[in-house]
Parts: sequence; C-alpha cells; structure tokens
Amino acid sequence: MMKSKADEEDYWNSSKFKAFTFDDEDDEFSRLKESKQAVNSIRQLVDDDDDEDDVEKVSWSGEPVGSISWSVKETAASNQRTDREPAFPKITTERPPLNKSQSGLSLSSLFKGKNKGGNLQSFTDTLGDTSVRLFAPELRKPKSEYKDFVSDWTPVETVQRLQQGKAVSLEKFRSLQDKLLLLDFAVAAHDGNVITAVLIYLKRSLCKEVLFRELESRQTALRHFIHYMTETRDQRLLLELLRSLGRTEDVALLQYKENKSIKDENKRRDFVKSCLSLPFSPEDSAHVQDHYTLLERQIIIEAADQRAERDGKMEIFQRFPRKAPILNMPLITTLYYCCLYHYNESEGTYSSPLNIRQTFKISEKQYFATVLAARAKLKAWADVDALFTSRNWLGMMKKRSPLSFQRVVDILQKNSAPTQVLQEYVGLVDDAELRISLAQKHKCHDIVINTFRDMKDRQLLMEYRKKVERGSAEEKKIDQLLNNVQIRWKN
Amino acid sequence: MAHGVRRDSPKVPDFSLLKRLARDQLIYLLEQLPGKKDLFIEADLMSPLDRIANVSTLKQHEVDKLYKVENKPIISASDQLCFLIRPRIQTVNKMLICKNKSLIICIFPVQFYACEAVMEEQGIFGDVTTDEWAFYLLPLDDDIISLELPEFFRDNFLAGDQRWVRTAGSALHLLHSLYGPFSKIYGIGRCSKMTYESWRKQVEEGEQRPRQAEIGSVFLIDRDVDFVTPLCSQVVYEGLVDDIFKIKCGCVEFGPDVTSSDKSIKVMLNSQDKVFSEIRNEHFSNVFGFLSQKARNLQTAYDKRQGMDIQQIKVFVSEELKGLKQEHRLLSLHIGASESIMKKKTKQDFQELLKTEHCLLEGFEIRESISFIEEHINRQVSTIESLKLLCLLSVTENGLLPKDYRSLKAQFLQSYGVDHLLTFSNLRQLGLLVEQQPGETLTVMESKVGKLVNDKTAGKLTDAFSSLAKKSNFRALSRKLNLVPKSDEEYDLRVPRDMAYIFSGAYVPLSCKLIEQVLERDGWTGLEEISRLLNGHEFAVIVDSKQENDADRIILVMFLGGCTFSEISALRFLGKEKGCKFIVVTTAITNSSRLLEALMDTPV
Repeated sequence: MMKSKADEEDYWNSSKFKAFTFDDEDDEFSRLKESKQAVNSIRQLVDDDDDEDDVEKVSWSGEPVGSISWSVKETAASNQRTDREPAFPKITTERPPLNKSQSGLSLSSLFKGKNKGGNLQSFTDTLGDTSVRLFAPELRKPKSEYKDFVSDWTPVETVQRLQQGKAVSLEKFRSLQDKLLLLDFAVAAHDGNVITAVLIYLKRSLCKEVLFRELESRQTALRHFIHYMTETRDQRLLLELLRSLGRTEDVALLQYKENKSIKDENKRRDFVKSCLSLPFSPEDSAHVQDHYTLLERQIIIEAADQRAERDGKMEIFQRFPRKAPILNMPLITTLYYCCLYHYNESEGTYSSPLNIRQTFKISEKQYFATVLAARAKLKAWADVDALFTSRNWLGMMKKRSPLSFQRVVDILQKNSAPTQVLQEYVGLVDDAELRISLAQKHKCHDIVINTFRDMKDRQLLMEYRKKVERGSAEEKKIDQLLNNVQIRWKN
Repeated sequence: MAHGVRRDSPKVPDFSLLKRLARDQLIYLLEQLPGKKDLFIEADLMSPLDRIANVSTLKQHEVDKLYKVENKPIISASDQLCFLIRPRIQTVNKMLICKNKSLIICIFPVQFYACEAVMEEQGIFGDVTTDEWAFYLLPLDDDIISLELPEFFRDNFLAGDQRWVRTAGSALHLLHSLYGPFSKIYGIGRCSKMTYESWRKQVEEGEQRPRQAEIGSVFLIDRDVDFVTPLCSQVVYEGLVDDIFKIKCGCVEFGPDVTSSDKSIKVMLNSQDKVFSEIRNEHFSNVFGFLSQKARNLQTAYDKRQGMDIQQIKVFVSEELKGLKQEHRLLSLHIGASESIMKKKTKQDFQELLKTEHCLLEGFEIRESISFIEEHINRQVSTIESLKLLCLLSVTENGLLPKDYRSLKAQFLQSYGVDHLLTFSNLRQLGLLVEQQPGETLTVMESKVGKLVNDKTAGKLTDAFSSLAKKSNFRALSRKLNLVPKSDEEYDLRVPRDMAYIFSGAYVPLSCKLIEQVLERDGWTGLEEISRLLNGHEFAVIVDSKQENDADRIILVMFLGGCTFSEISALRFLGKEKGCKFIVVTTAITNSSRLLEALMDTPV
C-alpha cells in the first residue's frame, strides 16, 4: 500500500495525470464559443447546410463544452505541465492522537453511526464517552450500569439499528447462540449489507471451524460470506471454506481462475500444469489438460517463429507479417495461425495443422472451416480445391464438404475470392432456389443461366438477360438458348 | 385497466425533481470541504453525474480539478480531495494512500459496512470523512428512471448477495413519498418480494404526509423471471441503437461512419429529440420509410422560401429556419445511424441469426438451430453472440441434452479459450445454460405431447416434473400465455397487433405479458399455474382500491436486475392500447451483451 519515496518520484515522472484548470481553458473556450456564434449568425442566413456549431446551443447535443465527461477528458489530455511538488503521499511518523486508541475500539467504531456530515466529530464523541466510562468510574458503578452503556439492544433491535446506520455495538453478542440469533435476524431482514456486517463480526470472533459449520446450514449467509471473501480476495480462507463444504469443483475452478492474472507465459504454463491435479469434473479436467498442452505448444511455436521472422528465412512472414504473438490465443486461432504459416509441415511437428487437429480432437467441420478461411485468406485456391476433393470408391473425383456449400461460399466470399472460384462452389449448392439466389448475389451468371435452362423457364431467362452486361458472353449465351428450338420451354 | 376502452394517455408526473434532489445533495457534500478542492470521480459515475450537473456547478463550489479514479495511484497537488465513488472494496483500497489530506469520500448511493471494515483494517477509518451521496434515481427520460446500478444483476442473482435490496427499497420509498401513496402493489420474484418488504418497513419507520397521489399501481419484477426476452436480438430502433452503439445514460456516441465526417458526435436520445421520439419504438423495417417521408416534408418546408418577398424571408429565418435546421441535423444523424445499422446487420448474417432465434422461441427445427449455433462457434463469430444463442437454446429447451451440452461446450472452449470454463460455471449456477438431468428429458416429451394432446394433460405432466427448481419451463409458459403467435398468419409490422411486434411478430415478451395479465386481472387470480411455472414468489397487495383518478392510470414497473429498451417499447405500446402510462424504473438498462458480460469473469 505504502510506496517508498523513490517509487513515488518514479511514478511522478511517468504519470499521465496532468492538471487541468478551468480558469485558463474555460475563458478560451467561452471566447471561442462567442466568436463561433458570431460567425454562425452570419452564416445562418447564407448557408443552408447544417452546421455543427448550431448544436452547441440546442439541448439534444450530447456532451457540449462544459460537460463533465468532456472536462475530465481534458484533464487527461492536456499536456501542460504544472509545477507541483510531489507532496504526496507522505507517511509521517506523527499521527493524530486519535489514531492510537482507535484499534482498541475496533468493533464498536466499525459499526457506529453514520451521522451525516460529521464522522470525525461523532467518532470523537464516542471516544470521549468510552474513556470516561471505561476508566474512571468503573469501580464504583454497579455492573448493570456498565452494561447499560454497552447498550442493551436485542438482536432484532441491533439489526434494525444497523439497517438505519445508527450506532450499535456487536461486542455484547458473545455466546454462539446470540451470534447466530443476530445472523438469522439479519438474514430475515433481507439486507445484504447488514448480513455482511454481522458476518465480519462472526469471522473475527469465531474460529473458522465453528463458523464454517454454522454457515453450512445457512445458505443465504453462506453466499454473502463467499461473496465478501471474493471481494476482499481472501483466497486462502475461501478455499478452506469450500473444501470444508465438500464443494471440490468450486475449489478447482477458483484456483484455476488465478491463471488469468499471470502475465509471464512460462509461469502461466507451469501454473496450469499444477492445476491438472485439482478435483475438476472429468470433463473439465480434459479441458484444462488441453489448455496446458496448448500453452506449452504455443510457447514453442512462438519462440521458433519469432526467430524465423527475425532471420527472414521464411518468406511467408514477410508476405504476411504477424500481427501479434500467438501466446494465450484460443485453440482455433492457433490452428488458423498454423494454417497460415505452417500449412505444409509434416504431421510430426508441433505446428503442423494436422498434428493440432489430432492432438486436440478437432471436429472435421471445425477443421475444414478453419483451413478454408486461412487458405482463402492467402488466396491459395489450389489448397482450397484440394481440401474438398476426394475420390470415391470408383476412383472418381468428387467434391465433398462437411460444411454446407452455402457456408463455403460465404467464407470464400468474405476472403474476397474471385468469381471464378466462387462459381465452382455455388454450383455445388444442392437446393436450386438457394443456388440461384447465391449465384445472383455473387454474379455467377453461368450458374443462373444454366439453372433457368434446366428449369425450362423462358420468362426468367428473358428477365435475367436485362441484368447482364450488353454484348457480353453471357448475353450471347442467353440469346443462343432462347433461340434454341430444341428446348421445350414451360412458358 | 379492467375496461379496455382507449383513453388519452394520462399526464406523467414531473421527475425532474429527482435530478434537483441529487444535485442539491452533491452541492451539500462539496460544501463539506470549504475552499478549493480536487474532485476524483469513479469512471462509471461520470455519465450519471453529467446528467445532473455540469462543470460550472462544480466550479461554483470550488472544485479546482477533475480526475477520473483509475487503476493507478492517486496524485494531486491539492490538500483537499473529494471522491465520488461506488462502495466497492477495490476502489476503497485505492484511497488508502491519501494520508495527510483533507479527504471526503462520497459513496454512491450507499456505504457498505464491508467497505468500512476495509478502511478500519487499513487504519484510515476516522482519518477520512465518508458520506453517502444518496442519489437513488436518475430520470433518463419522461418515462424511464434508472438506479444506475449495473452490478445489481450480478451481485444479486449470481453471487446471491442482497446488499442492494434495501437500496431498491429506498428508491421505491423515495418515489412513494414524492409521488405516492401507491394504491396497489404487485410483483413476482424473490428479490421483488424482499424489496417490497424493505420498502414497507421504511414506510412504517418514516411518516407519510397525506398528498394527492400521482402514481397508482406498482409492479415489481425480477430479471430472472424472464431471461428469454433480454437474450433476443433487438429489432426496435432504440433497442438496435443500444445493441450496436451502446446507449449510456440516455446518451449515445455516433462514430464517423454515422456522422459521415471525421469526428464522433454525442447525442442525447430522449423524447426531446423530435425525430427520435417518433421512431424509437418502431420496428426497424419501418424506420427507413418514416425517415424518407420526414426528409420529403423537410424539403417542402425549405422550399417554401422560393418566391417569398424580403419581409416573408425575414419571418421565415427568424421563426422557422432554426427549427428546420435542427430537424435537418437530427434527421441526417438518424439516417446515418440506420445506414450503419443496415451495413453491420447484413454483414453479420443477421437474418440467419434472427431466424434461429425465432425457431428456438417457437421450438421448431431445433436440430437445425443447434447446427447453426455450432457453425457460429466454429467460425469464431463474436463470443457474446455465441453465448447468447447457447443460453437462449438452454432456456427455451429447459436445458441441453448432455451430448449436445458437452460437444457445444468443448467447441466453445476451443474457439474462445479454455478460460471460459468459469463463464460456463457461472451460467450453470444461474440456470442460464444447463445440462438436462436424466429424467428431465421427459419434459421435452411432455411439451411435444402437449402439442398433440390438450392443455390439461400437459399441465398434469408438467406437475410431475416441476419440483426441480431453476427450470425455465419456457415452453409451457409460452403455450399458456400464448407468447408465440401462430406463424402462418401474416404480421403487419406497420400496424402492430400486440406487443409481439417488437420481435417482428414472433414473440410477446414474457415480462410484459405477465404485467399485462396481472393488471387486467387485478392480481394473480387465474394465473396460479403460471406463477407456479415461474417458481412462485408472486404477490399482490391492494392498499387502497377506492382511488379512481388519473393516478390510477400511471403504473410504475420496477425491473430488478435491468430491463431492455425493447421491453420499454412494448410497455409503451401496451400503455397506448389500454389508455394508461407506464413508468419504467430499472436498476440499469440492459441488453444481451451487458447481461452476459456481467457473467463473465474478467481477468483481475
């Protein structure tokens, strides 16, 4: 929390906080605004076009000059340096006398009233009160009267006072029964703030075994306690609690979650490795294993590719420079990456797409979609073609796809494939209606014309003739068909 | 309400008073620290603050410099610092280095004991003054009031922390003392019930001065009563603008692609904007037609100038031109926004997405929908959209078949990262994305049987399996409340028949349908089956049934956990139909992305 002096200085120099004073800027702005208005009043008569500055005067314009968001932005943006002393945060050894006795009062001061506008004031009052009553007259006064000071609120009253933010002490609830009564009334009042307040007191005054045991049968309180510990990042106690409740999967997830905050990739990998032994469900366990395997691989690939990129040995890195390191990317992104840069590697290497597919049991559909997108991006149409070609049992070449050809066209088109390539795949769409609409969308004239011919629909063909370019090959083809007496048109 | 005669809609109470209250409170807090001071504002409080005050207000009260509280140490040359922050432990931790300064911390809207405990543990309790900026309600428009508590949803529904219940109760209490007394209170949901009780208690504690009521009935509803509606893609203009450009506190920033210039413009979107107020509730397919009609009218108005003499032109310029030009600007902005929406929506295969959503709502072609979702995931299209579809599938189908769940989850993790294991765990906890338990598969059969046999048999079958908590029972609810109109009928979106128009006629939002039904019946009588399917916690309290004045037609609907613009549009439609006016109070405006983002675990 408390930084050393050197750290502060360091920070100060690099700080992006730059002060912004209204006095200077505002004047300039009002002057600017005035002149703008003056200009506008002239322009308004001459110019019919909408002018931005008109907006400033009307109410609907979002953040006009002078709004708070605008001003804060200015504070951050303005580059003027003000001469200030880094006078803060200094930690002085001298503390106000108030502080010394504060710790002794912890619980009562924690839950004391929140009198509007004078916390400091009321605190002093409490302090004065205590010192007088606690130290001086204690011997002479009967015990009952002392008790009276501590205030004798019942659990219900205490909860009510807590809700209203009035001064109250929880210290008098010492027996377990009283504590639990207090907790149960807080839960019954449906005020999460009060429930947590009571739980904080219980956490401080009960040993955890007892606390955990009692929370187990109090679900609402338990959830508040878990949330409180999550927010204060009391990971250790939270894990203990979950373990004692037998919530092993939650324990595993909570620990695994920490990997997200580890920046260094090697440390992260080691951490995920250490998570492998956690009590995940069998299904999740496999996912975490995959996470580890992937990270391990990414680190190897990244190191190799960084070197290759630097040495300039692989031409592909110059043609398509890498945008970002592959570390911590999802599996599919990694596969895509490897399809871009390592497509033709033998199956034995870590970066070979086929190897990745095998290791992580990627579905056929998923694999196809990713390879297709990557190879299309590189305009490697031969690879795309090869992807779909398979021989059937008669040795005939046939185009086959686990994805619908409509989706294939979609992916190709998004990677700006030329019409010739698109045409081939549009033609493979089974559904005639869909095929035509796709063909029209992507201007694959041949397919449209052939489909209309097959449908023997003269009307549609004549209609389509108007859409193709004059004197083009398509137009000729349509004319030929229309003049063909052999075709028995249906209309 | 009972007599469905159309009447003119009643006058809405003046909520600007709420803004004045918040501003006065703020000024009071600033004056606690006399003299020059620097003001630090938590980033997500800037927009709400902007709605009630501006820089000159702050300057008047000797605020020197303004800073955003960010993820870095706090540095200021001033000896007096004022902080406006939310009661978050992480933010409070940042205050700790501000020793030796006069410090006042204003907590929006309430302080929590947990934060005080942290301050005490760190030894700064008592050194700093903390106070509450009891700014409970921010009117975003004539009929929308927000509590500006986006964390309400996650805290309450995921973490099970009831810390905001009293705040919601206090907000209701404030409305009650300013615009009440309320005559009827209805509600459904656990949190609604608790909020109602908290409010009752506050009423008992305080005193109510007798006054003329301006608000008649109140309806409280938990967000988890209806997850289907906020998961659907919005197609009403205001909702679409929120989905795409993100409306913040009633203000949107249109980027260069909309303004067709090189800069962005921030625009307030509310009923003051004459163009927007006419299209905000329209189905997007009508918006273009409306805008072009408007453009033609504008042209005609401009053209009037031709053939005017000098005197007439003078009058025209001084009286009409300004209004016309303002309209011109608004019109070009909204046309720009619509174009940009069109572009984005065609690129994303929006039509296919909508089709899948409609299939899921209807319970039709589920296998095809699943493979659409699968492809969506495979292609690594937006994480949120894939999640949204998965959740919609789960909520409408009462969970996924184990085989589907495993395979979709595995593919999701492959596409978007294994870290999302945590997201899946959260979604399961909330019941948004679950695996069907063995035995539950019968409910799917039941819904199929229900279609074949009559409703009674289906009801009995449902009985047998409804003991399991956290089931959405969407199919049964949809059938009983008629949420999905028959698809063979044409739906004319220009002349909406019912609230289904907000989803292209495919689905009446469950939340709004419930409100309609309860108000019509003056309670839950006859809806027992429905409330049972919704896991109960319904209530109806008639405080005073005699009232028969305008206030009776002003109905306050409070959404605990957020509501969408589409729901607000649906309620506006309902209000027009029934001759009443709905005032929406919500913990925050939400949509599918905000809902799901709140459930993701972001790196700490």
